[in-house]
Amino acid sequence: MDVQLAKTGPERRRKRLSSGKIWSMITLIPSMILLLIFVYGFIGWTGWVSTTAWNSIIPNFLSVGLKNYQIVFQTFRFQSDIRNMVVFTVLFILICLIVGLCLALLIDQRIKAESFFRSLYLFPMAISAVATGVVWSWLLNPDTGVNLILKAFGLKHVPQWFLSTRIVPGIPGGQIQIGIPIALLAVLIASVWQMSGFAMAVYLAGLRGIPDELKEAAKIDGANAWRTFWSVILPQLKATTTTIIIILTAASLKVFGLIYAMTGPGQDFVTDMPSMNMFQTTYQGDQFAQGAVISIVMLILIALFIIPYLISTLREEE
Amino acid sequence: MKKFRKIGVAAVGVLTLTALVSGCGTANTTNSTPSSSAPVPTGNAGTTGKLEIFSWWTGVASSKALKALIHVFNEKYPHVQVINEAVAGGAGSNAHAVLASRMTNNNPPGTFQVHAGNGSLYSWVQAGDLDSLNNLYQSQGWLNKYPKSLLNLITFNGNIYAVPVDMQRANVLWYNPSIFKKYNLTPPTTFSQFFQDAKVLKAHGITPLALANHGNWETTLLFSDVLLGTVGYTDYNKLLHGQMSWNSPGVVQAANTFTKMMQYTNSDASALHWQQADQLVANGQAAMNVMGDWAQGYFKTTLNLTPGKDFGWAPTPGTQGVFSVVSDVFALPSKLSASQKAVALNFLKVLGSAEGQKVFNPLKGTFSPRLDANPSDYDAYSQAAMKSYQKDQLTLCIGQGAVNPGFTTAFENAMAIFVTNHNTKQFIQSIENAAQTNPLS
Repeated sequence: MDVQLAKTGPERRRKRLSSGKIWSMITLIPSMILLLIFVYGFIGWTGWVSTTAWNSIIPNFLSVGLKNYQIVFQTFRFQSDIRNMVVFTVLFILICLIVGLCLALLIDQRIKAESFFRSLYLFPMAISAVATGVVWSWLLNPDTGVNLILKAFGLKHVPQWFLSTRIVPGIPGGQIQIGIPIALLAVLIASVWQMSGFAMAVYLAGLRGIPDELKEAAKIDGANAWRTFWSVILPQLKATTTTIIIILTAASLKVFGLIYAMTGPGQDFVTDMPSMNMFQTTYQGDQFAQGAVISIVMLILIALFIIPYLISTLREEE
Repeated sequence: MKKFRKIGVAAVGVLTLTALVSGCGTANTTNSTPSSSAPVPTGNAGTTGKLEIFSWWTGVASSKALKALIHVFNEKYPHVQVINEAVAGGAGSNAHAVLASRMTNNNPPGTFQVHAGNGSLYSWVQAGDLDSLNNLYQSQGWLNKYPKSLLNLITFNGNIYAVPVDMQRANVLWYNPSIFKKYNLTPPTTFSQFFQDAKVLKAHGITPLALANHGNWETTLLFSDVLLGTVGYTDYNKLLHGQMSWNSPGVVQAANTFTKMMQYTNSDASALHWQQADQLVANGQAAMNVMGDWAQGYFKTTLNLTPGKDFGWAPTPGTQGVFSVVSDVFALPSKLSASQKAVALNFLKVLGSAEGQKVFNPLKGTFSPRLDANPSDYDAYSQAAMKSYQKDQLTLCIGQGAVNPGFTTAFENAMAIFVTNHNTKQFIQSIENAAQTNPLS
């Protein structure tokens, strides 16, 4: 038996491979069909709805072209949403990267109780966005929370946190003022608190993946700690950074629960986001076509981040 | 690199879901014409099977009340399995989202909660999704058990489409009696009196009017009451029914009064939920708050205060003799099968009965809208409210089911801007536009 098997071995393997291929095809097809229908099909459908007159509970598929886009883009609320989203995403990712990297570098110093600190910083990620939002809304309420501590230290003009309606520098553009809404900084504190631990964990894995030989070689070449970090370690973390940026961008563009629980849309929509606008427009206002417009705009914005990344990784593979 | 690509692809997959959220409905709509009134089951019809009751009653008091009502129903119909489909959150807005997708998918619940008025209820009627309940009202003899003015709020094209189970009031001014006593003030009945009181209170370091606005609907409710108090019952109704321009002097005046009131409120309104604003009144930091009478449950049950002694109430300025209705009503989806309808109708019979409402309302902190309801079943506040309800003119409140959801959302959006920039002209223009794009009549 053993001899026979040994003889037919290579032939069998070839057969098995091709049948394996068939199997993988067969098992992939159902999920592919589901993806085609439920992801791409519905994206297409949402796109189509966005060009219809369906703006009440009764579906109305009369085509109105791009009229809904025109209406939505002209609203104060949507213009605020776009400003808020850009400001939030850029600052959120930047701060998370910096804080995450710093934490990872500190923890990578072979400190005692390393796993304790790792868990400590990663833990906020496990808390639901709504719980985070509620707690931070208490902490940053100007009349309670951290302001009481600031007042105890004798600070007269305590920050208004998420109640501020100031926009810095507030250059008039369209219907809104363009700049950084101060209220968003409060939301940023909460979201960075929640997500920087994630950046830390990924960076830590990245740091551990750098071969010791590289660092030793740098040492032998006489590089100091800063030089080693800047010229040896940081370049090695490029792929890690890209991963973090992609995942955090996704998280940031979709942010909903945190803001819904923490601040709501805010006065003058200083903390509103397209996702919240989409939810209220579609499901509270029954303006399905206009809700679809907001969804499609969100999708395009997300694609602007993701597609260049996909193209570059595909190229690298080739 | 492959790993990262996978992550990237996964990310794309997840992200595209955002676009899907609004695409959850389906294009598959049957244009069922609203059938004539649903026949009322007789004999053994509707005594077995399942019944899905759809509501947003997930709070402590309301879920308890609903369970008690279901218990009454099950005693009469022991073979019906009741499925309590309560959706939490957003003062019913989340439930509305779920209901909308179920209705468009031709998968309606047995019966569902909605507010009386021209809001969502009328949307469902226009969509042909509801059965008329005229036969039920006739067979149960309900036509003279409920005030005509309430039935008017659930009647469209001559047909009644819902059964009211409770009654709440939106135009209530809650106040702290000891503060008023201390400064020799009386609860204001007019706006000029309100501002006189407010000046005195402010001079003594007390916030005259506690305001919450975390969800943007709270200021909308306040504005609704200010508008009602300014233009009066007749014009207010004309505005709500699209028979009068929102760009009229009365609305402008109401907006100006509203802006002036803002000077006498707490600065952190948009951080507060309505309970927190009422807490300011309860502990004496603020003197007054305008909120629906669901606030009374908070004062009484959560804060353990005595009605009339620890907290007082009055109609909001200028609205004496008018009762702004927020009533939970239940409707019958037309797309149910005949046997499902029979079960649902049997539930509606219990829901609208004196017996069912007597069990339900005291637990929920509301009162029965039936004219034969017994005042002694209720506490001091509800007795007083019931008295007003039975003699006052009834109207509705913006944001609480009075007008179509599209207008309400646009109105609340305009409000979020108005409370910040106090630009009356821009505000009036926004509502006028909203009324044109979301016709009210």
